[in-house]
Amino acid sequence: MQQTISFTLNGKPASVNTDDERMLLWVLRSDLGLTGTKFGCGEGLCGACTVMVENEAVRSCVTPLKSVAGKHVLTIEGVGQHGLAAIQQAFLDHHAFQCGYCTPGMIVNAHALLQKTPHPTRDQIARHMEDNLCRCGAHGRILDAIEQASGPRKAGA
Amino acid sequence: MAIATEGMVRREFFSLAGAGLYVFLHAEAQEPARLPGRQSGPTDLNAYLKIGADGRVTCLAGKVELGQGAMTELAQVLAEELDVPFDAVDVVTGDTGLCPYDMGTFGSMCTPLLVPAVRRAAAEARAVLVLMASERLKVPATELGTGAGAIRELAHPSNRATYSQLVEGKRIERHLENIPLKASDLRVIGTSPRRKDGPDKVTGRAQYAGDGLLPGLLHAAVLRPPAHGAKLKTADTSAAEKITGLRVVKEGGMIAVLHERPDIAREAVAQIEAEFENPPAGANDKTIFDHIRKIATQPRPVGQSGDLAEGERLAGSAIEHTYLNSYVAHSPMETHSATAQFENGKVTVWASTQAPFMVKNAVSAAMGLPSENVRVVARYVGGGFGGKTAADQAVEAARLSKITGRPVQVVYSRAEEFFFDNFRPAAVMKIRAGAAGGKIVLWDSEVLGAGEREANPFYDIPHRRITSVGGWQGGNPPGMHPFAVGPWRAPSVNSTTFARESHIDVLAAKAGIDPLEFRLNNLTHPRIRRVLETAARQFGWKSGQAPSGRGFGMACGIYSNACNATMVEVAVSRDTGAVQVKRVVMALDVGMVVNPDGMRQQAEGSVIMGLGYSLSEEVRFRNGEVLDHNFDTYRLPRFSWLPEIDIAFVNDPQAQSLGGGEPPIISMGGALANAIFDAVGARVLQLPMTPERVKAALA
Repeated sequence: MQQTISFTLNGKPASVNTDDERMLLWVLRSDLGLTGTKFGCGEGLCGACTVMVENEAVRSCVTPLKSVAGKHVLTIEGVGQHGLAAIQQAFLDHHAFQCGYCTPGMIVNAHALLQKTPHPTRDQIARHMEDNLCRCGAHGRILDAIEQASGPRKAGA
Repeated sequence: MAIATEGMVRREFFSLAGAGLYVFLHAEAQEPARLPGRQSGPTDLNAYLKIGADGRVTCLAGKVELGQGAMTELAQVLAEELDVPFDAVDVVTGDTGLCPYDMGTFGSMCTPLLVPAVRRAAAEARAVLVLMASERLKVPATELGTGAGAIRELAHPSNRATYSQLVEGKRIERHLENIPLKASDLRVIGTSPRRKDGPDKVTGRAQYAGDGLLPGLLHAAVLRPPAHGAKLKTADTSAAEKITGLRVVKEGGMIAVLHERPDIAREAVAQIEAEFENPPAGANDKTIFDHIRKIATQPRPVGQSGDLAEGERLAGSAIEHTYLNSYVAHSPMETHSATAQFENGKVTVWASTQAPFMVKNAVSAAMGLPSENVRVVARYVGGGFGGKTAADQAVEAARLSKITGRPVQVVYSRAEEFFFDNFRPAAVMKIRAGAAGGKIVLWDSEVLGAGEREANPFYDIPHRRITSVGGWQGGNPPGMHPFAVGPWRAPSVNSTTFARESHIDVLAAKAGIDPLEFRLNNLTHPRIRRVLETAARQFGWKSGQAPSGRGFGMACGIYSNACNATMVEVAVSRDTGAVQVKRVVMALDVGMVVNPDGMRQQAEGSVIMGLGYSLSEEVRFRNGEVLDHNFDTYRLPRFSWLPEIDIAFVNDPQAQSLGGGEPPIISMGGALANAIFDAVGARVLQLPMTPERVKAALA
């Protein structure tokens, strides 16, 4: 249904008048011009389009626009809007990317994990990241980067 | 006139009188003859570098940054020879309007061919700048020193001129020959600085071909056939045409719908009611190997020596196996994408391609435009692996932009990406071989479909014959492969190495000899011996006869003169056939390493991608229809697959640098097959070694 959907995008108000059944990915990339969020598969299978809605990482290619009405949406552009976030710096430090196409989705998904679980174990990180695909094979470095960004674990944690 | 260059490729330069232009030919190249053509590019240093008025230096390279780190490596050698800080170098890649000609980014040729060209250009530029400074400062050149983008009188450092003052933003018009490269005290080469592409990539600012949002941009979706060989009979676009803002184009055999929103164009194309005439029944992913055998013409000899009958006699009983591998997709995370703008008889195409100059020619030919009116830009490309050489989507976008008078973007869906991929070819590789007294005496092998690179073993075998039909590079008997095939990271060599190294272990097991010992018994190739010995040390290889139950396996190989030995440890479930890879140790000899961390990234990536082609990746198809449409059925390696990875470089620092993107992947199939055998005694003869195939081999 054609209507105006308003939400908070990277901390700022956004509203779009369009068919509210359209997927968030295309509204972000095409209507709002935020191309950091990538198209990879269109079916929620690869994670390149991962964004956060409220505190959850979601696949924007299968998230209807209407479902984010009134909510907070965070994209890769928002993760580093006040200077590089720790998770971005860690990806740089570890060269945790090659072609970089899956990287925004990886970073946003990791960001979501660290918001909920500030000091995850390496296993927890790997499980959380499992369904984000990387064809270049940066997997080990991505885990290293997320570990670095999570900082030292508290004793007993 | 000949210019001495370091390394394995000797070049001769021929001056074109008066033009100030040079072309060069390779007098000799050690690349296998069947690599796709050869590198060529200008020798004028201005083609490769510009010194800006602000003191920053721009490196211009026709190669493309696919993720392999080309931008960083090029900046390193430029900074080294020109004596400027690494951080003062910007790199522009893949833009046919700005960068010197380059054939394409494939074949691990950037490091051995382009990097030295840029290095020479920078060395020459520095020498010319010293001459200019000598005149300006009125000091003999021998009393000048360079550093941090400036030239100083050694005795009076305040008497100085910066490069930008000398050049004043202009071309460097003077040229010098035979400028030696730095041989010692390297500041940047051999280090691992921050990747140049990092800041763009971690912030989402990196622009890929589908990220260009030009004013008035239309997104196109093109009607595709359901199967290769299907012919369009009728197409009714009336339902789609009802969508507000939709444009339908029917021209020159193409039916496309265009809309300002990409998802709406995609939905619209699904509403076209099209009828296709299906192609005649053909092979599927199960019958393909019989099909290839049937279609194969008389094999072409690739290598022969000794006397096969004598080899048979010496061996007593030879062992014959046929090794198979399925079609494998490239599956870059970025699908083929292009954005084109046609204006006033000229077109600019931003395209995801490994070969922007080839795409420029393709667009020029398809549109009937003079070459100078076509510019192709491939800034960041989201993975290639050999699959983004041709770029039909760029031609489609350019045509549609001309037709509609608007900028047009074409981005393949994931299903289109699978459908139009030029797969790694399926292959049937028969090997008959035998040993006597621990020495291989017979090797008779036939490669169908894969191509023959590295099919002729580097082992010392007196009686051998190697034949081949077809391959990834074409020349296939008509109908052998039911769709396009092409180069897939280390083309031919993943297939031929899997077959050879599996069979070496088969012979070792029959002889009751440890696989490492058996290999070394049969090898005089010093560089292969060295990587094997290094890997064995690093792995902690202990002699044992397979199957030992330990799940240890090894393989070694050569790709474009680089040597690789890989040792792995696996656990195999007898119940499910599932293989878990615990540890991979790889020793590589790729010559002098310009950027150790960059090389490591390539090796780690190759381990992961190697797990894919070895264990899970195969394209399912039937009668020209590609049945894999997305990542639910086509399984890529994931985080949970990640083994412990240990990479060792075995290199002579004085040796020519070799490309590193492909050599690390070649041994994974063979090493894993041998490890599975060592774990459970099951010899799997077909890639990928899925749980079903492992179980079948166990039965």
